Amino acid sequence: MRTEHQSLIFELSKPGRVGYSIPELDVPEINVESIIPSDYLRTEEADLPEVSELQIVRHYTALSNRNHGVDSGFYPLGSCTMKYNPKINEDVARFPGFAHIHPLQDEETVQGAMEMMYRLQTSLAEITGMDEVTLQPAAGAHGEWTGLMMIRAYHEANGDFNRTKVIVPDSAHGTNPASATVAGFESITVKSDERGLVDLEDLKRVVDQDVAALMLTNPNTLGLFEEHILEMAKIVHEAGGKLYYDGANANAILGFARPGDMGFDVVHLNLHKTFTGPHGGGGPGSGPVGVKEDLIPFLPKPVLVKEDDLYKFEYDRPQSIGRVKPFYGNFGINVRAFTYIMTMGPDGLRQVSENAVLNANYMMRRLEPHFDLPFTQHCKHEFVLSGRRQKKLGVRTLDIAKRLLDFGYHPPTIYFPLSVEEAIMIEPTETESKETLDEFIEKMIQISKEAEETPELVQEAPHTTVVRRLDEATAARKPILKYMKQV
Amino acid sequence: MTFRYLPMTDQDKKEMLETIGIETTEDLFQDIPEEVRFNGRLQIEEALSEPQLVKEMGRLAALNKNTKDHASFLGAGVYDHYTPSIVNHMLLRSEFYTAYTPYQPEISQGELQAIFEFQTMICELTGMDVANSSMYDGGTSLAEAGLLSAAQTRRKKIVVSKSVHPESRAVLHTYAKGQHLEVVEVDTEDGVTSLNALRAEVDEQTACVIVQYPNFFGQIEPLKDIEEIVHSAKGMFVVSSNPLALGALTPPGKFGADIVVGDAQPFGIAQGFGGPHCGYFAVTTKLMRKVPGRLVGQTVDEDGKRGFVLTLQAREQHIRRDKATSNICSNQALNALAASIAMTALGKQGVKEVAHQNIQKAHYAKKVLEEKGFKTAFTGPFFNEFVIELKCTAKEVNAKLLESGIIGGYDLGLSYSELKNHMLLAVTEMRTKEEIDQLANVLEGLACVQNISH
Ligand SMILES: Cc1ncc(COP(=O)(O)O)c(C=O)c1O
Repeated sequence: MRTEHQSLIFELSKPGRVGYSIPELDVPEINVESIIPSDYLRTEEADLPEVSELQIVRHYTALSNRNHGVDSGFYPLGSCTMKYNPKINEDVARFPGFAHIHPLQDEETVQGAMEMMYRLQTSLAEITGMDEVTLQPAAGAHGEWTGLMMIRAYHEANGDFNRTKVIVPDSAHGTNPASATVAGFESITVKSDERGLVDLEDLKRVVDQDVAALMLTNPNTLGLFEEHILEMAKIVHEAGGKLYYDGANANAILGFARPGDMGFDVVHLNLHKTFTGPHGGGGPGSGPVGVKEDLIPFLPKPVLVKEDDLYKFEYDRPQSIGRVKPFYGNFGINVRAFTYIMTMGPDGLRQVSENAVLNANYMMRRLEPHFDLPFTQHCKHEFVLSGRRQKKLGVRTLDIAKRLLDFGYHPPTIYFPLSVEEAIMIEPTETESKETLDEFIEKMIQISKEAEETPELVQEAPHTTVVRRLDEATAARKPILKYMKQV
Repeated sequence: MTFRYLPMTDQDKKEMLETIGIETTEDLFQDIPEEVRFNGRLQIEEALSEPQLVKEMGRLAALNKNTKDHASFLGAGVYDHYTPSIVNHMLLRSEFYTAYTPYQPEISQGELQAIFEFQTMICELTGMDVANSSMYDGGTSLAEAGLLSAAQTRRKKIVVSKSVHPESRAVLHTYAKGQHLEVVEVDTEDGVTSLNALRAEVDEQTACVIVQYPNFFGQIEPLKDIEEIVHSAKGMFVVSSNPLALGALTPPGKFGADIVVGDAQPFGIAQGFGGPHCGYFAVTTKLMRKVPGRLVGQTVDEDGKRGFVLTLQAREQHIRRDKATSNICSNQALNALAASIAMTALGKQGVKEVAHQNIQKAHYAKKVLEEKGFKTAFTGPFFNEFVIELKCTAKEVNAKLLESGIIGGYDLGLSYSELKNHMLLAVTEMRTKEEIDQLANVLEGLACVQNISH
């Protein structure tokens, strides 16, 4: 049941109610004031809610009813690979031997966890065509920064301290330039050509002796394969730069192509996209990084190795960039990803990409008559429409997205990539049936008709959600970022 | 072979190919140049059926000694705490865990409101004005606090106490290198930051001082004195805090902290071999627009009804790209939800009671160990961890403890050369008197520790 108004948990609070149960203290109690100086003893209690267990359960159940996940319905959010999150993964991740182990236990007592990690990193190396993989980065952006730090360490180890630039295409995800900044680089944008691919002439123009790396998503964020990848690799490598692969779009190429074979030196994957880590409403993710041989010395510490039949964390790595995260990465997400890889095997993974690409192309061709399609070649796992035709009718891409909410869909990614006007980026994934795609296509066509005939229906959408459009401008101008008790 | 996650039938495929106007799916991959096309078969393990999979993963899990079957005294940043049963039940509401970041607020009100509540609870515990929606973990959160301080003060030196978690310090060093910042580590004295050493390091180049409270050894740092030192040099005061401890201890906000970071793992998040956990990041109002990561704000919809949105996004990478305050995109939202549910269940009374039980049990453990002749390393006030001295390596001791069903403490020699043969023990509310007594008895009976000071 969906309620129209949902109280904040603080508003349900009443003094004296509890939602927990722990045993009575079973050791002799000492006066805490005799052991902790009074300045350091909290006097004003933290004003957390006081609610009963059922109230909590009702509250979060009600909140969940005000949320849309993949299990609720189609979620064609481009660049995010919102595929089905298998239930068995959740079960396995909760096995006590995975969920309830401490990262600083003696290594002999966690060999099963380490074996899992080792088999996962070996599988990912094979899938990406790289020589070694670290599982430490917590998400894609964290992997980007880790990879760029390694590239920097590599150049510096070669006595090359002047490589200050990282090149990113204009279609790149925002984390690419942001990660370059955090790693201490300046980012330089390279233009796309009229087919949506990196403009080779412009690339030649921006590549020089100062370039540390080119960051590329392939297929790129328009869902298009960078056909000139080998020439691009040559241009960058000849100038002494390295090639970085943003693997957010790996769902398009599993078993069809490997970044390692395309000339990439460093790769990150988003296990929370391609490998079914559930996105959790914003995380946690996992962003393993794979490297070629010459970058192995720079991998973050510790490096998981196998010696005879024992798994070990190796810390003595003098050229390592150091630690990027406490402990060993988002292990729980890695368990889920490994469970998925073991479910699919080599043939299954290839089938994943084949079906993802077929689904995307099918949708693209069916929608092409109704929306502008800036790039008309076959796409990979996703494609980008432009809402500029509807915009002329006064219906913006934002309106189209909001109208889709009325039909129970999560809308596609909108206004990204920035290089496409009124962008609508659709990624169906392989786990959706043709029936689901057909129903969505029909609704998109209906909305394109509404834009012509009854534009206000679209402009005023959504009509069926628990709230209508929200005032984001005021939210930013006069921020209210926490609950304040009315006095 | 057919796969249960792939619904496409041969008939579907045929119809789709026809619509596209091609013969085979291979046509869709022709844009991949022949030279880079992968024509082999991936050399990974063969697919397993569901029962086979459960068996194999169960085998791997069973190889690990877990803290459900053993009494654990291992902490050092990750703790075995009471997790109300409802946490997992609520987390498994798939509308939460199968959703992406709440970009479309009208169908993400549940997640947005839950994060807004999380932000509020973190502010309550830390005594700060603003908290974000989560960071990867306590370590990266601490590193980002260092970067924020440097950007805000336009200074290049980060001063960090050696009593801060060694792994967080290591992460800080890596982040600082990227930004060409200097990190200076300050010595400790009797298990807390040496105020003299700190005074000697803090100067007009100091962007911030970072301390941990309670610190890595469990000790309660003298925040009051540290605050004076850092603020008199106009640096930022950064405190990394175990949020559960703040149920009993004066919050860092009360001591004038500018940034409080830490990990919410003690609230309803499994130890999980170190991750995923849940970094938090809280600041004063002054720094609100400099915070890394996502923030949820309250607003109204077109009908004036209360609702929640992601806000102040002009800080973030998808808008500001290379000028963003951080590169973080995905965070740890589901774990923030877990922490929220646990904080809600504990509530005002529970968070205090649990924190106090930690203090009581840890002090009891220290007392019984001292009575058995063990030497403890430090004399100051502490929360739920303390350090004992051994006559042999912690590794040997832990191997023995394991035989009695106990997971022993952290070997401090691994991170502090001066603390060889010292063990950091954590005693949470989960440890019973009986288990504590057993720990003391087993330790006493070990040949290598017997002769300590009898
Ligand atoms: C193309 C691309 N690169 C990088 C990222 C960043 O990944 P994460 O959110 O895991 O940090 C994303 C995800 O949004 C993406 O779509």
